[in-house]
Amino acid sequence: MAKRVLVVDDEPNIVLSLEFLMRRAGFEVQVARSGGEALRALEGEPPDLMLLDVMMPEFDGYEVCERIRAKPEWRGTKIIMLTARGREAERERGLALGADAYVTKPFSTRELVEQVKRMLDVG
Amino acid sequence: MGWLAPTAILVSLLYLGLLFALASWGDRRAEAGRSVIANPYVYTLSLAVYCTAWTYFGSVGVAAAQGAGFLPVYLGPTLLALLFLGFVRKILVIAKAYGITSIADFASARYGKSGAVAGLVTIVALVGSIPYISLQLKAVATGVGLLIAHGGGQDVLAGIGADTALIVTVLLAAFSILFGTRHIDATEHHQGMVLAIAFESIVKLFCFLAVGLFVTWGLFGGPFDLLARAGEAGLSDRLAFTGTRLGAADWFVLTLLSGLAALLLPRQFQVVVIENLDIAHLKRASWLFPLYLFVINLFVLPIALGGLILGGTVGEADSFVLALPLVHGQSWLAIFAFLGGLSAATAMVIVETVAVSTMISNDLVMPILLRMKGLGLARKPDLTRLILGVRRAGILLALLGGYLFFQGVGEAMGLVSIGYIAFAGVAQFAPLLVLGIAWKGANRNGAVAGLLAGFLVWLYTLVLPSFVTAGMLPQSLVAEGPFGLDLLRPTALFGLAGLNPVAHCAIWSLSVNTGLVVLVSLLTRPSDLERLQAILFVDVEQSRRTPRLWRGEAKVGALEELLVRFLGRPAAEAIWREEAARRGRPLGPEEPADARLVERAERQLARAIGAASARAVVASAVRGETVGPDTLMEILDETQKVLEYSRRLEQKSHELEAATAELRRANERLRELDRLKDDFLATVSHELRTPLTSIRSFSEILLDNPDLDAEERAHFLRIITSESERLTRLINDVLDLSKIESGRMDWQVAPADLGELVRAAIRAGQGILTERGVALEVAIPAEPTPVVCDRDRIVQVVLNLLSNACKFVPRPGGRVRVELRRRGAVFEVRVEDNGPGVPPSQREAVFEKFHQLTGDLNTQKPTGTGLGLTISRQIVERFGGRIWVEDSTLGGAALCFTLPVAEEVAALAA
Amino acid sequence: MLDRPVARLAALALVALVLFNFPTLAVVERIVAGDVPLLPFYLFGVWAVVIGAAAWLIERQGEE
Repeated sequence: MAKRVLVVDDEPNIVLSLEFLMRRAGFEVQVARSGGEALRALEGEPPDLMLLDVMMPEFDGYEVCERIRAKPEWRGTKIIMLTARGREAERERGLALGADAYVTKPFSTRELVEQVKRMLDVG
Repeated sequence: MGWLAPTAILVSLLYLGLLFALASWGDRRAEAGRSVIANPYVYTLSLAVYCTAWTYFGSVGVAAAQGAGFLPVYLGPTLLALLFLGFVRKILVIAKAYGITSIADFASARYGKSGAVAGLVTIVALVGSIPYISLQLKAVATGVGLLIAHGGGQDVLAGIGADTALIVTVLLAAFSILFGTRHIDATEHHQGMVLAIAFESIVKLFCFLAVGLFVTWGLFGGPFDLLARAGEAGLSDRLAFTGTRLGAADWFVLTLLSGLAALLLPRQFQVVVIENLDIAHLKRASWLFPLYLFVINLFVLPIALGGLILGGTVGEADSFVLALPLVHGQSWLAIFAFLGGLSAATAMVIVETVAVSTMISNDLVMPILLRMKGLGLARKPDLTRLILGVRRAGILLALLGGYLFFQGVGEAMGLVSIGYIAFAGVAQFAPLLVLGIAWKGANRNGAVAGLLAGFLVWLYTLVLPSFVTAGMLPQSLVAEGPFGLDLLRPTALFGLAGLNPVAHCAIWSLSVNTGLVVLVSLLTRPSDLERLQAILFVDVEQSRRTPRLWRGEAKVGALEELLVRFLGRPAAEAIWREEAARRGRPLGPEEPADARLVERAERQLARAIGAASARAVVASAVRGETVGPDTLMEILDETQKVLEYSRRLEQKSHELEAATAELRRANERLRELDRLKDDFLATVSHELRTPLTSIRSFSEILLDNPDLDAEERAHFLRIITSESERLTRLINDVLDLSKIESGRMDWQVAPADLGELVRAAIRAGQGILTERGVALEVAIPAEPTPVVCDRDRIVQVVLNLLSNACKFVPRPGGRVRVELRRRGAVFEVRVEDNGPGVPPSQREAVFEKFHQLTGDLNTQKPTGTGLGLTISRQIVERFGGRIWVEDSTLGGAALCFTLPVAEEVAALAA
Repeated sequence: MLDRPVARLAALALVALVLFNFPTLAVVERIVAGDVPLLPFYLFGVWAVVIGAAAWLIERQGEE
């Protein structure tokens, strides 16, 4: 059974690229274009991993992360935060809020895919 | 009767021995805490040291010559005694509160602990005491001479030498030194001495009364017989005022002078103030002391009249008390009469020399020695011996002075005339003392000026004439004035003639003295310390809580060492034990002494060596000197100064608050700017990274997936291209903005036609309009629309507004209208659309950097950089126009800007 | 408590000062018993009265 990945970003081209990469890696992909949409997507069956952009309208990535970590039933979802703001303070803030990894844009697609696979224990 | 003189001398020596025994007993009782003098009766008897040989022998002399003329000397003190509970009580309260050791110390302490005042008072007191002491010497020597003349024994004394006065002087000096300098602490009351002089007061009173009774009832048949015989002898005039040979003014002034002397004479101040054990004793003394004076004077007139009736002359009257019993064969009565006179004289000499020598050491010599750094006295381990040595020298000096005065002047003058010189001398202390405790305004300069002037007037008008009387100076000086200047005659200064010389001197010296104290005090500024001391003295009842005067660094050990040196180890250790007990812990020698302890030490030292010396000594141990004026201000005039101080403090804190607030605002502004800069950089970074992310991702996808179909490949490539364009626009915009903001933009300013520029912009934007299927309306007038601007930049602005409009209009059915019109001095360009519009709250925000409009109708994010409107505003404002957002008639937003109409001249020049 | 006796004693001092001085003494000077002037008797008399008054003022206050 394929692992499910939720891509959350408000930038259409980035969503497109991430969606392509995850599908190619063999995951089932779901897309959300804002924080609110992402939380709604979690309601049904939580994904195994989230690629979560930080700078988004409505809720930003930190808030989404915080809300997810507040709910015990969503514990299982791994979170990789993606951000175009590369400052150390923001990285630490993300990790403190419960993110499992923090990736700065632009990223190496190969490394990102590797990391996702590693985190989901997929060969 | 050859046995008489030797017996009298033997009895006298036994009597002096008895005094010694009495004094030691009194001291031992005091040390054991069972004082025998702590009652108003002994206190009153000690005050009676006022009655000296002057009273004992001299009053009879005066009465013989001037009848009731001897009385003002006792009426004055009677009036003073009535003021014991008022004015005198205040002096006692002050003296006790501040550990005063003498009248010089009192004056010095009042006037800012001034060494000058202390020294001057001491000198005046010493000079004033000398005639008075000489009076005692003369009386005793005369008495001895009389006893020898009547009772033989010349052969006994011949071997020693005929100068009985010198022998008496030496004996009295030895006695006083043994008696008066046994202790170092001048306020540790001389209880033994007080007991001895109280005893002497009893002796002299009884001896005098015995003689009086003998004369009145032994030689006469009672007072009425005496009176009748006096009338027969033509002595009635002695009972009338005319017989006093004094004027009304003389009488009044002598009364006043005597009243002052009963307090201000060094020995009187000593017994009234310094030796007082309990202020409550003043109460009963206020009537007992006058009573004593009353009783001792009862028989003065009878003895005087009796002596005259029985053939004595006025010139011999000073010795009637002794002579009458002698010539009438009452040898034992004569011996008692002599003993009474001796007791009166010795009591005076003892107390006077103790008082004066204390002043000489504490207020004159020690302060000078301590200030002479070369001597290094302040570091000597034990100064008690030195102080005692100075005191002993002081006693010798006073007695020797008295002897010399007696030799030079005394022989020629009556006892009372000599005594009056001293009275007028010490009366010079009255202005600075009375004003000092009643008027805070009196200051050191005033005190010094007044005392010095009064002293000089006294020397000139009273002491100088006495030298003339003694034949030491030419008679013409008094009769005609110096250099024949009549106005300067010493006893009729500036024509004030017809007065008794003493009254004349008192009137002049006290007027000049008082006038100068007041005048100079008003004209000069006191130091802070003087002002503080003035308040402490004048308001003594209110300021019993002594303020802390020292602030600085002093080690506990250093202070203790001082106390040991000046007070001796046992006394110092007792004080330290007390202080330690009060604090509930031992005092370490290295510990800094607090203000209280320093104060205590100074007070204790002041008791031993006087305020002026104590201050100098403590100053040597306390670094940091006295407190500054600011702190003094607080103590002074408490309410007002404290209010003033707190007001200033409040003002200061307000200023500080304001400055802090300003600083905080500036800081916040800086932080805000910093935050804005950071935000801007972070936003720029984000805006750059976002397209880069897409470009890199798709590039890598294309590289890693050669198997992609052509359509997908083309799609990805288009994304890469458009993201690259976005990146380029962004970089251009950021560069533009930074150039404009930093003022480095290279503006190409030239006249242009705005309509033409709008048209050019529309042509440039045709692509996007067509792409989005927007219906465009254009309304540009035909007439010229001259402006002065940078053409390319204005085209950029219009294009930016146009593309913004295109982004938000619905698709399909998008409508955009571009209009140009003149409104007064400006042209207005409006770009309207039928999009969602901009809510009023957002209309200013859209011009901020990277502001992205929310509520985008398109599913795609706006492709703008978020900098377009910011740059547009900068450009429009650069050329004197403005830019804003309002509602459009088409239902959406209207983005409008203006540019000023170019001047005709400018247009022509183009 | 002390203030009233203080004021009374001061008043007594003032009265005594007047009685011991001119012009009072000028009046006394005119009173002659036979040919014996009475000044000393007057002065000692007033003196005694003043002392008595002071004693009365002070000691009475002590009993209160």
